[in-house]
Amino acid sequence: MSYITVKDLEVGYDKSVIAQKLNFEITSGEYLCIVGENGSGKSTLMKTLLGLLKPIGGQIIFGDDLQANEIGYLPQQTIVQKDFPASVKEIVLSGCQARCGLRPFYNKEEKALAKTNMERMGILDMADRCYRELSGGQQQRVLLARALCATRKVLLLDEPVAGLDPAVTADMYDLIESLNKEGITIIMISHDIAAAARYADHILHIGDDVFYGTKKDYEESDMGRYFLSGKKGGGSDD
Amino acid sequence: MIETLMIYLDHTFVRYAIIVGVLIALSSSLLGVTLVLKRFSFIGDGLSHVAFGAMAIASVLNLTNKMTLILPITIICAVLLLRTGQNTRIKGDAAIAMISVGALAFGYLLMNLFSTSSNLTGDVCSTLFGSMSILTLTRWEVWLCMILSVIVVAVFVIFYNKIFAVTFDENFAKAVGTKADVYNLLIAVVIAVIIVLAMNLVGSLLISALVIFPALSAMRMFKNFLSVTIFSAILSVICAFSGIIISMLTGTPVGSTIVAVDVFAFLICSLIGLIKGVGK
Repeated sequence: MSYITVKDLEVGYDKSVIAQKLNFEITSGEYLCIVGENGSGKSTLMKTLLGLLKPIGGQIIFGDDLQANEIGYLPQQTIVQKDFPASVKEIVLSGCQARCGLRPFYNKEEKALAKTNMERMGILDMADRCYRELSGGQQQRVLLARALCATRKVLLLDEPVAGLDPAVTADMYDLIESLNKEGITIIMISHDIAAAARYADHILHIGDDVFYGTKKDYEESDMGRYFLSGKKGGGSDD
Repeated sequence: MIETLMIYLDHTFVRYAIIVGVLIALSSSLLGVTLVLKRFSFIGDGLSHVAFGAMAIASVLNLTNKMTLILPITIICAVLLLRTGQNTRIKGDAAIAMISVGALAFGYLLMNLFSTSSNLTGDVCSTLFGSMSILTLTRWEVWLCMILSVIVVAVFVIFYNKIFAVTFDENFAKAVGTKADVYNLLIAVVIAVIIVLAMNLVGSLLISALVIFPALSAMRMFKNFLSVTIFSAILSVICAFSGIIISMLTGTPVGSTIVAVDVFAFLICSLIGLIKGVGK
């Protein structure tokens, strides 16, 4: 049984469908990359998977003991966070909020978990620093540590390298790959198709045409060849 | 000067005023950071006008306990404003402007048409700018203020971590199963309570200052959420206390004196923040 099975899913806002005929499944340990042009519905699909939006049609089935709230999420940064007065420790700890339920404060176990994840991301030495003073790459590590506090199974990453310089981008991809090797399932949104093809083992390409399959199949498909050759025009060319 | 102060402090109503003032300042400062960062500060401003309208209705009806009417009306409006604000930004903004200006106009109209008071302008002015209303609180109102302040502080402490999570990243909070909408509602209700409380101290037009200035000052100086929250609470209490004392000694209106002290504290904090920032 797979973690997440998506059948004939239609996603969008307020009943206007942005992406449809989505069929794919995510099994434990997989690295799925969702690619597509701007406006093709990548972020909308992710929000639907997270339960922030209701699907317009079709189904999302969670299996294999995965609860809908056991997904770790690395969102794109919001404006609010740009000048938010919070320390790294406070933010990482907030990833444990689902474990608390109605209990008002974090317990020792959760604090230890936050510490472990900060160590894992190599940010333990900046635990007391202010989030808004960190570099873009460091901020992403903080948010990744927070996402890891929320899950042991699946991570959803929304454009994790947006706005990072090339060296930091490569670091970030390596970090994600190492998490995947530790057994965490990765679902990543990206508009960087080349990187997707390098790291992912499955690819979901959404747009006017939908492709879902292994990386190998994608590279051999017409669509994959077209996009990987770097001639990325509008998705709507005919 | 000290002697004058001592004479004042002999009166029970002055002591009440100080206790209530400090408690109100404490509770109003707590949610300041959340309001500023969530761009909710305009909701606070809108609600204060609603509270003014409710106050006008209460005085026209000649209620002895005006708070019993003002509190529920303001809470209902807070919930309504939050609801409309969720659909689209622009609609929410317009709704707030509509309700707040409407409430202000109707409040003044009602007071003009039905007020039996001989000093109408004075009444309106004291509702808007607080004046001495804190010194004329009845014993019942003093107790209500105290109980509500304690509840606000308790709610804030209990839900501190959730409020932090929802303020910092609402989508993440929702994705991991935190009921962000419920906490937003809670925040709105607490804001409404704070505004009704603070109206007694600084009047409805100056409430936003009491909520926002301590938070902004603290954000200049501190870099984590906990210290910002604690410092803004302490700063707010100090400013309110010294504002009340200064106004007694010099005969200036309580509300605007407190706000003036808050503004002054903000300038000092900005300066310190600037020096600290340069030193890095």
